[in-house]
Amino acid sequence: MTTERYSGAELVVKALSALNVKYLFGYPGGTVLDIYDALFKQQDVEHILVRHEQAATHMADGFARATGEVGVVLATSGPGATNCITGIATAYMDSIPMVVLSGQVPTGLIGDDAFQETDIVGCSRPIIKHSFNCRDIAEIPNIIAKAFYIASTGRPGPVVIELPKDLLMPGQSAEFSMTTEISIRSYNPTVKGHHRQIKKAVQAISQAQRLVIYSGGGVIIANAAELLQVLVEKLNAPITNTLMGLGGISGLHDNFIGMLGMHGSLEANKAMAHADVILALGARFDDRVTNNVKKFCPNATIVHVDIDPTSISKTINAHIPVVGLVDIVIKQLLTELEATDFSVNEKDNQDWWQQIEQWRKVKSIGYENEVKGSKIKPQRVIEAMYQATNGEAYVCSDVGQHQMFAAQYYPFAKPRQWINSGGLGTMGFGLPAAMGVKMAFPDSHVICITGDGSIQMNIQELSTCLQYNLSVVIISLNNRSLGMVRQWQDMVYGGRHSSSYMESLPDFVKLAEAYGHVGIQINSLNELDEKLTKAFAIKNKLVFVDVLVDEKEHVYPMQIRTGAIDEMWIKKGVKA
Amino acid sequence: MRRILAILLENEAGSLSRIVGLFSQRAFNIESLTVAPTEDASLSRITIVTKGDDKILEQIVKQVNKLIDVLKVTDLTERQHVEREILLIKVLAMNDKSRTEVMRITDIFRGAIIDIGKQVYTIQLTGDAEKINAFISTLGNETEIIESVRSGCVGIARGEKALRVK
Ligand SMILES: Cc1ncc(C[n+]2csc(CCOP(=O)(O)OP(=O)(O)O)c2C)c(N)n1
Ligand SMILES: [Mg+2]
Repeated sequence: MTTERYSGAELVVKALSALNVKYLFGYPGGTVLDIYDALFKQQDVEHILVRHEQAATHMADGFARATGEVGVVLATSGPGATNCITGIATAYMDSIPMVVLSGQVPTGLIGDDAFQETDIVGCSRPIIKHSFNCRDIAEIPNIIAKAFYIASTGRPGPVVIELPKDLLMPGQSAEFSMTTEISIRSYNPTVKGHHRQIKKAVQAISQAQRLVIYSGGGVIIANAAELLQVLVEKLNAPITNTLMGLGGISGLHDNFIGMLGMHGSLEANKAMAHADVILALGARFDDRVTNNVKKFCPNATIVHVDIDPTSISKTINAHIPVVGLVDIVIKQLLTELEATDFSVNEKDNQDWWQQIEQWRKVKSIGYENEVKGSKIKPQRVIEAMYQATNGEAYVCSDVGQHQMFAAQYYPFAKPRQWINSGGLGTMGFGLPAAMGVKMAFPDSHVICITGDGSIQMNIQELSTCLQYNLSVVIISLNNRSLGMVRQWQDMVYGGRHSSSYMESLPDFVKLAEAYGHVGIQINSLNELDEKLTKAFAIKNKLVFVDVLVDEKEHVYPMQIRTGAIDEMWIKKGVKA
Repeated sequence: MRRILAILLENEAGSLSRIVGLFSQRAFNIESLTVAPTEDASLSRITIVTKGDDKILEQIVKQVNKLIDVLKVTDLTERQHVEREILLIKVLAMNDKSRTEVMRITDIFRGAIIDIGKQVYTIQLTGDAEKINAFISTLGNETEIIESVRSGCVGIARGEKALRVK
């Protein structure tokens, strides 16, 4: 029995180390200086110093998405904490396990508008899974343990812990005691699907003539990809992924019919529209998928599997709801299929696939190759990037046209390979997320696919990359504009390009060099493959590849607003 | 449709703000809200009166349940229940005629005059929302209402059914 006593700051660090936290992404300031002092005196937890707290949250987020572990952030009170808001919201929307430790002014000053006081628990309340105010030093380790438990179980999400400075300072001390068996009486997520619902689901699936599996981020989070493939093959069903679900099934699998939704493939959206049974696995029918909910798949029986009951029948009514962890439910479905001697109805299945092949033939994911001397097509860059990395890179995206092109043209073979801000659509996410991934997998190719707009939202992190030798490959599809905004202005706002140009762009090559990295510019097609290959061959150096692409290119296909899921523009002026 | 939700949650700093925040964040309606600790001091009980169709109510119940602090949620309006509210109301009682009239109405509604001033009576009344509304409007026809305060609804299921932990 140890009776050693520790300061609150030391308890924080001891708790993190007991929870096997390797990296803490953060930025120092007045209220957390005691934690920084405690970090200085130990080796277990490495602190990664970013250049802006938002980047710390995205870095922790990228780390969490790639590894499945909890990403941990440390920020000071006031501006440090509020700078984390965008990153917390990003993690919340995509269900990413994250714990944010925020400093707070000393307990006695709370409420006085003290220097650097903001009510971070209040500010973050709508964008967190849960939050804690610490008011007793002895409770610090247990609060941290609970935060990790809540962040990583059920439907994962960010948890904020507010730590007032007086609890961290050497003045107070307590013994270190942390429960390993956490139980919270008011928090017991359902993990197993109800057996009656499983039976109903299998009945619907067995009777289906035109079944579609629609899977989302839940499959990635639950590490259910392998089981999903077994299910897909057992049913010989077409499968579509959401933007968050890409990699849940290999993008090269025969049954994969592409991403669905706003910029999904025609065959995916058509299959959904014509399905008689939709099996939704860890997806949430959000508006970027459904298009007009009133016109959404009127003839389909919807089986909806999700860990979060609020996701079920929120936007689209589920006929057969199943609450549970996706991997466990898939196992249950497989067992029940086995028990009921399920076999594919060959005739129906063939007819269905023949129909799908017709839609596939349209080749909705396609672009017109450049004519001699014209600018590089952005889609072509993604294809080259795929070739240069054997399709094995982690691809971390920013937000805009480049994000959609990457989702469409880089088939992801594995889960967690595609990392993007799907729910919040946070420009500035890409670079720090890629840095977090590189931290976790230093020997893998980690790409940040970005645009001239997005990259400037966290460009300062090039400095962090140098400090920690994070050799990310940044590929910027430089179209000299806020391309996605411009596209909408072309299509919906009569071509009036209000503030969608990026005038006075920096020289990105020089900028990269100024930060101590390698910069490469590509501006003609004949040097694309060669220069990209070269960029990926450079070891231990961050490479910034600035590719000048055709600024007139639009992302197609694209759903027609207020239409049904399968009402789409296939290319400029052409409807499906 | 009017619904009465009963919620049992951890009696901790910030719990109430999570509930109130959830309702405003998701544009759910709150007609009234009452909160107080229960006989088990670690728990609070909230009664919320809200409006919404079945689909909205299903979301409200699920979203409230999803809050980490919440142990139990139930829609009391789904089955037989009792609801009560308390009203304190101050009215003008200037002369004998209006005093007698105010007392008569109070008697009929089984209220009680709990305080008197030189020209005012303060009356207490308990009942469901309908009864209280009727009382206020009857009084208002007879004399001038100076001030009133309603507790908001509290409710409980009839019979054996109970909202409790374990
Ligand atoms: C923080 C933030 N602000 C604004 C937006 C709205 N928005 C979405 S895409 C986009 C343009 C992105 O430009 P760029 O990064 O150059 O990518 P491109 O579309 O040109 O490929 C904007 C402004 C956003 N998603 N995030
Ligand atoms: Mg751009």
